[in-house]
Amino acid sequence: MTPETNTMTPTITGDTILKVEHLSMKFGGLMAINDFSFEARRGDITALIGPNGAGKTTVFNCITGFYKPTMGMITLRQGDGREHLLERLKDFEITKSAKVARTFQNIRLFSGLTVLENLLVAQHNVLMKASGYTILGLLGLPTYKKAVGASIEKAKYWLDKADLTDRADDPAGDLPYGAQRRLEIVRAMCTGPELLCLDEPAAGLNPRESAALNTLLHSIRSEGVSILLIEHDMSVVMEISDHVVVLEYGQKISDGTPDHVKNDPKVIAAYLGVEDDEVDEVIAVELEGGDR
Amino acid sequence: MAAPSENTSSGLMVKAVREGIFAGVIALGMFILYVGIETYQDIDNRLVWRTRWGLLAIFVAVAAIGRFLMVGVIKPHLDRRKLAKAKSGILEISEEKSFFHRHFLKIALIALLLYPMASVWLFGTQGSLKYVDNFGIQILIYVMLAWGLNIVVGLAGLLDLGYVAFYAVGAYSYALLSAHLGLSFWVLLPLAGILAALWGVILGFPVLRLRGDYLAIVTLAFGEIIRLVLINWTDVTRGTFGISGIKKASVFGIWSFDVGSPNYFPKAFGLATSSAYYKIFLFYVILALCLLTAYVTIRLRRMPIGRAWEALREDEIACRSLGINTVTTKLTAFATGAMFGGFAGSFFATRQGFVSPESFVFLESAVILAIVVLGGMGSLTGIAIAAVVMVGGTELLREMAFLKLVFGPDFTPELYRMLLFGLAMVIVMLFKPRGFVGTREPTAFLKERKVVSGSFTKEGHG
Ligand SMILES: Nc1ncnc2c1ncn2[C@@H]1O[C@H](COP(=O)(O)OP(=O)(O)O)[C@@H](O)[C@H]1O
Ligand SMILES: [Mg+2]
Repeated sequence: MTPETNTMTPTITGDTILKVEHLSMKFGGLMAINDFSFEARRGDITALIGPNGAGKTTVFNCITGFYKPTMGMITLRQGDGREHLLERLKDFEITKSAKVARTFQNIRLFSGLTVLENLLVAQHNVLMKASGYTILGLLGLPTYKKAVGASIEKAKYWLDKADLTDRADDPAGDLPYGAQRRLEIVRAMCTGPELLCLDEPAAGLNPRESAALNTLLHSIRSEGVSILLIEHDMSVVMEISDHVVVLEYGQKISDGTPDHVKNDPKVIAAYLGVEDDEVDEVIAVELEGGDR
Repeated sequence: MAAPSENTSSGLMVKAVREGIFAGVIALGMFILYVGIETYQDIDNRLVWRTRWGLLAIFVAVAAIGRFLMVGVIKPHLDRRKLAKAKSGILEISEEKSFFHRHFLKIALIALLLYPMASVWLFGTQGSLKYVDNFGIQILIYVMLAWGLNIVVGLAGLLDLGYVAFYAVGAYSYALLSAHLGLSFWVLLPLAGILAALWGVILGFPVLRLRGDYLAIVTLAFGEIIRLVLINWTDVTRGTFGISGIKKASVFGIWSFDVGSPNYFPKAFGLATSSAYYKIFLFYVILALCLLTAYVTIRLRRMPIGRAWEALREDEIACRSLGINTVTTKLTAFATGAMFGGFAGSFFATRQGFVSPESFVFLESAVILAIVVLGGMGSLTGIAIAAVVMVGGTELLREMAFLKLVFGPDFTPELYRMLLFGLAMVIVMLFKPRGFVGTREPTAFLKERKVVSGSFTKEGHG
């Protein structure tokens, strides 16, 4: 589990946290991701948007090790300069050593465990080490007790941020939908990530829950954690993200600031479903040869 | 007001009669070949058949009348009671628990500690044998096995159908090592546990990438492989003859239970020579082993590893996304469960003084698993209750000699053991689908410890 050192040229520049290069993923005959490259900057909220079925979740699964990409390279640079080639790591190692945490499009909580327990499970690796891989913990060593206290403090901190303190002792499966979303996010935060990947966190939320989610995301960013966010609803993304990447049929069609992307004719076409030849017309008019 | 209720009650009767007749017809169809016709060999050794219409009629009548009573009387009665309860606004679980309920565990522990004394006092030294050995020790062995399996199935959610393999490893480890190396029970007990845990890891490593049904089938196969090895590796295990003359456990090497020995336990205490003292001693040994299992389980549940087991049962993919190495987590569950199986196995060997592959058939795994499921997966109390009911119940059947008066002298109640076992399981699962104790105790809390209802917990998928 030594950190992979990147000998490639050019190496990632200082403020890039994630660099995806020529990523391709094939399912049988389906090219779900086709030569996709992008970068996410440290401290930013980077949004990955695109219509349903564009391949956004597949990109996430490649980054977090749940799929092995058919081709391509995914490099993660930690704050201390260590670099990891994520496509070579196992899924749990990506969270454990490369400090990337994620949530799922269809929420995956430990529904039979309480809210607090969910947050404690997320601190498994820290607690495991402190408990001397269980043996010393069984003897009740003070270092372990201190680690347990710290883990509960951390859980409390995030419970407060997610506005879930009152529900701490209830089973996670008993929470309303919006609260489950927030719990899944703070659970990922309890692993101590540098990059947090959120798969459609706003999907299915009512306006009040959406507002609570935005507050949470802002407080996460103010902790210095970079966020990679999937959304298929453009309007949600535009307010909160610093950088937007647009994916359609597994290919990047646009990349830039929210304003740039919002006005990109290709993006408009992808989202409004304009006929292909019309798009060509629009592109012919608007494109000055800079983009791709 | 009266007219419609009369109307519905007569409608109910019609429905009950109809359902009763229907059940009767189905019973007739089902039993006509199995019960209505009997084959037997006559004096010339020819296979001939005769009919048993009377018996068939009884079967059909029981089904029809039973269904009629169920639909017409029992169910309306239950519904009415539920309605009355809902109207009066009393919650199903009252907040005020009775004294017995609150101190259940302490009372149970004291009762267990006094149990051998009480049976000696009630039935005499020799008479207590049956109660201490057949009931006490027998039940506690299953409690321990079920608690061990509970770590694998109830906590980690890995369906293991071959648990008896580790029981066998423990038993044979003790039997062989004590015969060849002459080591004592107290040295070999931990060794047998470690060996079983090692086998747990060895078997676990290749199979744990499988999930759900596949895991169940492969563990079942491993259980059978171990048994077949025991049968066929005759040089070491003496095959189906088994190993006999296994050394008895001693009281920590100070007193022995071999009659010829100078420090024979009853003699040292001026008691009459009787095997009952050995059984009472064994009772306390297995009780201590059970308490150890419970203690370790309770402690581990509150440790990161135990929480990871339960998280694994709830959602394996989420576990991996949180940086938990699911392979080692599963292996530790497998090994810990196997270790307790090994302890129980070496205890079994010293108690029987004899082991043979026959004691480690698949049925044993199934019974242990059934106890875990009936008790409520994950709940130590529920599992202990289930072990008492199932093992104690089947042992009780041996005592039911009076049933011979009812069913004739050929009737052997023991033969109906499995039938009753199955029937009891069906009934419990119908009324308590999550087992006797379906709720889950949280391992940590901020303000108050609220039990988690069984409807939120998952069974795991392997
Ligand atoms: N495990 C898989 N096996 C086969 N096809 C898949 C798999 N995962 C995703 N796909 C396909 O890849 C495409 C992209 O899916 P996905 O990444 O889920 O899209 P999005 O998240 O953008 O809605 C879809 O056509 C989907 O059917
Ligand atoms: Mg998706």
